[in-house]
Amino acid sequence: MDRLFELGPEFWEAAFETLYMVALTLLFGGLAGLLLGMVLYTTRPGSLLSNKPVFTIVNVVINFFRPIPFIIFIAAVQPLSRLVIGTGIGNDALVFALSIAASFAIARIVEQNLLTVSPGVVEAARSMGAGPIRILRTVVLPEALGPLILGYTFVLVAIVDMTAVAGLIGGGGLGNFAVVYGYRQYQPLITWAAVILIIVFVQLAQFFGNWLARKVMRR
Amino acid sequence: MALVSLTDVTKSYPSPEKGGAPIVAVDSVSLEIEAGDVYGIIGYSGAGKSTLVRLINALEPTTSGTIEVGGREITAMPERELRGIRLEIGMIFQQFNLFNSKTVRANIAYPLQVAGASKAEITARVDELLAFVGLADKARSYPDQLSGGQKQRVGIARALATSPRLLLADEATSALDPETTQEVLELLKRVNREFGVTIVIITHEMDVIQSIATKVAVMDGGRVIESGDVFDVFSSPKNASSARFVSTVVKGIPSPAEAVVLRERHAGRIVTISFRDGDASQAAVFLDLANAGLEFELVYGGINDIQGRAFGHLTLAIRGADAAVDAVLAKIGDRAEVTEVA
Repeated sequence: MDRLFELGPEFWEAAFETLYMVALTLLFGGLAGLLLGMVLYTTRPGSLLSNKPVFTIVNVVINFFRPIPFIIFIAAVQPLSRLVIGTGIGNDALVFALSIAASFAIARIVEQNLLTVSPGVVEAARSMGAGPIRILRTVVLPEALGPLILGYTFVLVAIVDMTAVAGLIGGGGLGNFAVVYGYRQYQPLITWAAVILIIVFVQLAQFFGNWLARKVMRR
Repeated sequence: MALVSLTDVTKSYPSPEKGGAPIVAVDSVSLEIEAGDVYGIIGYSGAGKSTLVRLINALEPTTSGTIEVGGREITAMPERELRGIRLEIGMIFQQFNLFNSKTVRANIAYPLQVAGASKAEITARVDELLAFVGLADKARSYPDQLSGGQKQRVGIARALATSPRLLLADEATSALDPETTQEVLELLKRVNREFGVTIVIITHEMDVIQSIATKVAVMDGGRVIESGDVFDVFSSPKNASSARFVSTVVKGIPSPAEAVVLRERHAGRIVTISFRDGDASQAAVFLDLANAGLEFELVYGGINDIQGRAFGHLTLAIRGADAAVDAVLAKIGDRAEVTEVA
């Protein structure tokens, strides 16, 4: 227990790093995933802007990257990371790799949730003279907002999980803290302190997501 | 000049199997819908009526033939221009298709926003429409807080927001109970009467046609097999399929099976007298029978009212001397159509 108090500053820094990585990934990966998901939804055959070549390409690219285990993916995108953000190691490099990986998963979640919007509602908007982009923005997204929030909450929890391997490329966060100070120094209490804080983060995120979705869906 | 005119319109979809014959949903249909009509299109599911109505506002592209709305040919129009046309055509649906994430007010305001109306215009118009459909107190409610009939009233208000000349109703009452159906049909009648909106109503229920339509087209297998004034089609359908629809609301000449039952239960000659648009002839017929001293009873049938005109088929069991009955029936034959049933 004394050791944990000694490590207090490092512990809170690690917690902050986890939040930092999660927040940035959710921002970049979330936006990219939303965009990709909307492309999948609108270009699929019979949809608002159906375009078979675009749909097929995006679909195949996502299927290509999705099954790669994240721990290998980090190493694989390192050269690209250096090129784009100037570094291949540290928290920012992890955010870079994780944003890409998460965007593909988010794209699928967005696509699935947009597909639950009744085609009849889209048809009604078309019958009023609305164009495809307007329909996507003012009808499809608002109608799917509740499930989308739940989908993003689900992803958020997965992102927290994936930030734990940041230590592999010299990053920090609670995962790294637990491994370096807990596991390697035979201090299970330290490991458990990190675990409990992560559980608290996840619970708070899930409660917030549920609350927001309920508010949006009014049910 | 017709508001909507379809000339030899065909819609086919590619076959789901490779190399298969295309599926023809609408098969060389020609129709003229005049301004002010309430035009009913009736058919069983799969008859192509829902596809047909979607060709009129070009939600589906036509395969061949031409469609003119308000004198403008829409069949060759680019999508961007079609959006302008759609603002002039309202549409309501079986499942209402309201935006669940928007309030009643926002639902009705949506087409006005698409049309680019100002905030003040939108508020005024939505208030007007809410009052018209009797939902002023529900402006801030969400669709899932409304009953089916209320939802369809919101659908109607939304479809009328941009003051269209034409309203397409796709099975608009099929998801509603009989009482609510009548309520919605009354509202549609007011839309037609008070705003002069032409209505095309798709249905599989003949009583919907009976209570609201002025003209009717019967569809079967993608084709229009009979069309004309509702009274004409109801009182003397020219086609077996139309006759089947008519028989769902009008008791006509008893079928052979029904005739057997009538025979078992009633003595005398059983004849059906068909009246067409004349209450006077009905009185004369009964007078003839009474004057001849014949005993008769009404055993089957009824009189229907279509757009204020009466017609019907009355089946009577007449008892008396054969010669006397023959003489009277010959006399009645001059005024109405007489069919021997049994």
